[in-house]
Amino acid sequence: MRIVVDLNRCLGYAQCVPLAPKTIKLSGEEALEYDPNPDDSQRQQVLRAAASCPVQAIIVDHLDAGPEVQREHSEKRKRH
Amino acid sequence: MTPEQAFTEAMKFENRPNPYPFFDELRKTPVARVTNGIYVVTGYKEILALIHDPRISADLRNRPNRPNRAQTDPSNGDGAEIEAELLEKYGKDPMMIIADPPDHDRARRQAMRHFGPPHSPDVIPNMEPACVRIVNDMLDKTKDKKRMDVVDDYAYPLPVTVICRIMGVPLKDEPQFHAWIADMMAGAELGPDAATEEGKRRKEKASASRIGFRKYIIQLVENAEKKPSEGMISKLAHDDGPDGRMSPSEIANNVALIFIAGHDSTVNLISHCVLTFLRNPGTIDLLRRRRDLIPRAIEEVLRLESSVNFWPTWTALADIEINGTTIPSGSPIFFMYGAANRDPRKFRDPNKFDLEREEKESLGWGAGIHVCFGGQLARLEVNTAVEAFLRRVENPKLVIDPPPYRRNALFRGPLHVLIDVDGVRD
Amino acid sequence: MSTPKNENAIKKNGRIVIVGASLAGLRAAEALRNEGFTGHLTIIGDEPHDPYDRPPLSKQVQKGWVRADHTKLPRLREINAEWKLGVAATSLDRAKRVVRLANGEQIGGDRLLIATGVRARQWPNREEAALKGVFTLRTCDDAAHLQAALAANPRRVLVIGAGFIGSEVASVCRTLGLKVTVAERAAAPLAGALGNVIGAIAAEMQRDAGVDLRTGVSVSALEGDAKGHVRRAHLSDGSTLDIDVVLASLGSIRNVEWLDGSGLAAGFWGVACDAGCRAFDIHGVVTDHIFVAGDVARSPHVLYEYQFLSTEFWGNAVLGAQIAAHNMVCAETDRRPYLLVPSNWSGQFGVNIKTIGVPAFGDELIFTQGSPKHRRFAAAYGRRGRIVGAVTFDHGKWLQFYKAQIMRSGPFPPLQAEFDLPADMRVIPADFPARGVPTAAPDVVLTGHDPSERVAEYRPRTARAEIRKAATAANKEQKKQWRVAS
Repeated sequence: MRIVVDLNRCLGYAQCVPLAPKTIKLSGEEALEYDPNPDDSQRQQVLRAAASCPVQAIIVDHLDAGPEVQREHSEKRKRH
Repeated sequence: MTPEQAFTEAMKFENRPNPYPFFDELRKTPVARVTNGIYVVTGYKEILALIHDPRISADLRNRPNRPNRAQTDPSNGDGAEIEAELLEKYGKDPMMIIADPPDHDRARRQAMRHFGPPHSPDVIPNMEPACVRIVNDMLDKTKDKKRMDVVDDYAYPLPVTVICRIMGVPLKDEPQFHAWIADMMAGAELGPDAATEEGKRRKEKASASRIGFRKYIIQLVENAEKKPSEGMISKLAHDDGPDGRMSPSEIANNVALIFIAGHDSTVNLISHCVLTFLRNPGTIDLLRRRRDLIPRAIEEVLRLESSVNFWPTWTALADIEINGTTIPSGSPIFFMYGAANRDPRKFRDPNKFDLEREEKESLGWGAGIHVCFGGQLARLEVNTAVEAFLRRVENPKLVIDPPPYRRNALFRGPLHVLIDVDGVRD
Repeated sequence: MSTPKNENAIKKNGRIVIVGASLAGLRAAEALRNEGFTGHLTIIGDEPHDPYDRPPLSKQVQKGWVRADHTKLPRLREINAEWKLGVAATSLDRAKRVVRLANGEQIGGDRLLIATGVRARQWPNREEAALKGVFTLRTCDDAAHLQAALAANPRRVLVIGAGFIGSEVASVCRTLGLKVTVAERAAAPLAGALGNVIGAIAAEMQRDAGVDLRTGVSVSALEGDAKGHVRRAHLSDGSTLDIDVVLASLGSIRNVEWLDGSGLAAGFWGVACDAGCRAFDIHGVVTDHIFVAGDVARSPHVLYEYQFLSTEFWGNAVLGAQIAAHNMVCAETDRRPYLLVPSNWSGQFGVNIKTIGVPAFGDELIFTQGSPKHRRFAAAYGRRGRIVGAVTFDHGKWLQFYKAQIMRSGPFPPLQAEFDLPADMRVIPADFPARGVPTAAPDVVLTGHDPSERVAEYRPRTARAEIRKAATAANKEQKKQWRVAS
């Protein structure tokens, strides 16, 4: 899957780190480092981490929200 | 309704299940002066600006003319002396939630060193198997029942077991400290209910329980000092990190804080998740189908039913101009997170439980340097609990809505959430 | 060639061409679709790769944790675009509204977005630059090559230039346990972006981490072995170093050459555009259908005396793309201004350095919170009594306080914190090095008032000795010059 963390928004709360420890780490007390293309096996952990961010700095690929999401999204768009 | 009236109503116990209409009233003045010169802030962007303002102190010692509770409150009776003695010995260094930098930052680093990243990144992730086991054990126990209380039968045991393990507190003492904490929470009232006869009785009980609880925690710290053991208390007592060791009183106060916060607010969030899902038909089915939406659903519940409903210990240390209002130096400030999280200027259709919401930055666990210390652990626990609940509990239905709530307005949550179920799957 | 259409027609079935397939190009494409653009979209990129994120390339990639080709950017939505990757745009014919590509193709459109970004400045001596073991770091291919060289346990790494990228790589070298020398012409690392006062703190961080930091020196020559691999470096102070890897971290060059002859105001500092991202021609007249975003754009900024601001920051690419996309397809009355408050971050030596505003626009500095000694602090930059920027070291949670003041051009010194005050809170000179030291050029630069300014052209053939002389003279002057001499 693909993620990017907007490190301008990120304030180093590090709520995400223990929720996706294989994907996101702290380097020092405040600087976040992460794997931008983690393995699919990390999906639920990464989604937990992304949801937990107090400033919503973790951006997840729309394709990585699962096939059902895409379908619902495109249906929603059709309705609009 | 004046801001004073709205604030009083929002604090009343009878409005605990639904303080939001009064929050809406209050928010008409996003920064409002109410009783006793308190400034209550209910606007989202106003809280965000003020919480990042280093002229606002979280340290109660900065309140001018702050009465010393132990010495001046006659309702404390005989407990006053004992409490004064405890304060003398173990109360001089405040817990980090009511400390300012640099002490706050140092204490938080010292505590985080044994709890989370960067120094202990594995402590919380390593709890996940235990979390999964505990929630499934609880469901196994309710297997033959048709009715369960989400609070007592499901939500409570998880965080208390986990925090005991992390801190190194014996789980066998749970009935004792659970009772103490329940009394302390019920007796910590700020609204009009505190002045009633019942309220005074609750306060006396809370005072007695506070002494019991403090003595208990101090005993744990002293034991750990003598004999190193597993858990955070011992690690704090024998810390050799770059910031050195906390004083015994600081350890005791912060352990008490983490311990109380770590087992009450998580219970409230789990209970509120079940409650909110059941109030919004179709949610349970959707989340069963779409496990990937669960983390987002939990955060949306956190927005609607903030784990920290408000925080009252702030003080302006300068005249602070915010959105046309000047908060005079020395004024007490309450940040009403629960109100800000439903601010329509930030969240469209704010009372709606909406999983597709674009604005997701809630203040459910505060913000700024004082953001919840244990938020990561709580989220892991709540995710585990919600996932297991969704997977195993068949056709849950709310029995009473709204459910009865606990007294405490700050850590606001239901006393019981009764549900009828068709059964519990394996 | 297309005939001009009104906005509604363009939104419905127009043709839009985006040149540049990195962060700005991708986010602009997504934003266009979000704006309701249903016409034909072409994205042209000279690199063969899917759009990827660059900040990790100097950090987690060099550590060996993340593969260089594993920084692909997430898609925020599907964009249904025609991708032309691995082929560069070579020219723009504004009259015909056509972009010509290296493979001879011509792509016509009703709207054009220029998002061609920057490239790494190469080591100026071509022969030496061609030695094996000499690297620059901009693309994911660069990152892969450098990472492989660091993983091969070199005797010593030489980093030339202690800007953010150079300092981050030096930090990684120490994490990997490698010996590393950093050679910086200015008096301190990060001096161009943050001034010598903050630079001195960054220097301490480097030295404490075991970096052999040499300031006020330049590298005069690189020497290879018989197999053409770099093995030795000669420094301007006469010393030599035995090394196996060199990172030339000399800043960037804007990718504007393909616009030669287009008549657009494109030059050393990028392509000038108005605050609505519309490109200027060389006369300073705004164009209607050509837009600019990302590192290559420079636009006037209300907070900085309306001087043109050129910002090589991640957030500039994201926000610029959104504004440009909106203005490309909206009605004239709906246009939005691009009002970025520049912000940036850098993780190095275990410290998170964040900036807000334009520190280099300031000439004075005050430490406002925390402890510089412990590298946990906030400091504000001022110019003529107003706050223009701020920097934090592991104090990012307070940045918002300064951002709000910068946005309203608040007074300097700024509002004073009431706790955790630094020991010394005097206003002091920020001590930025003078312009003219190429290695010390900050990533965010005020580039004067004139949209058609085609000045300060970089002259790579200038003898190094001459540059050195100019730099020394400039350093002696110790006085910033904001207006680039025309």
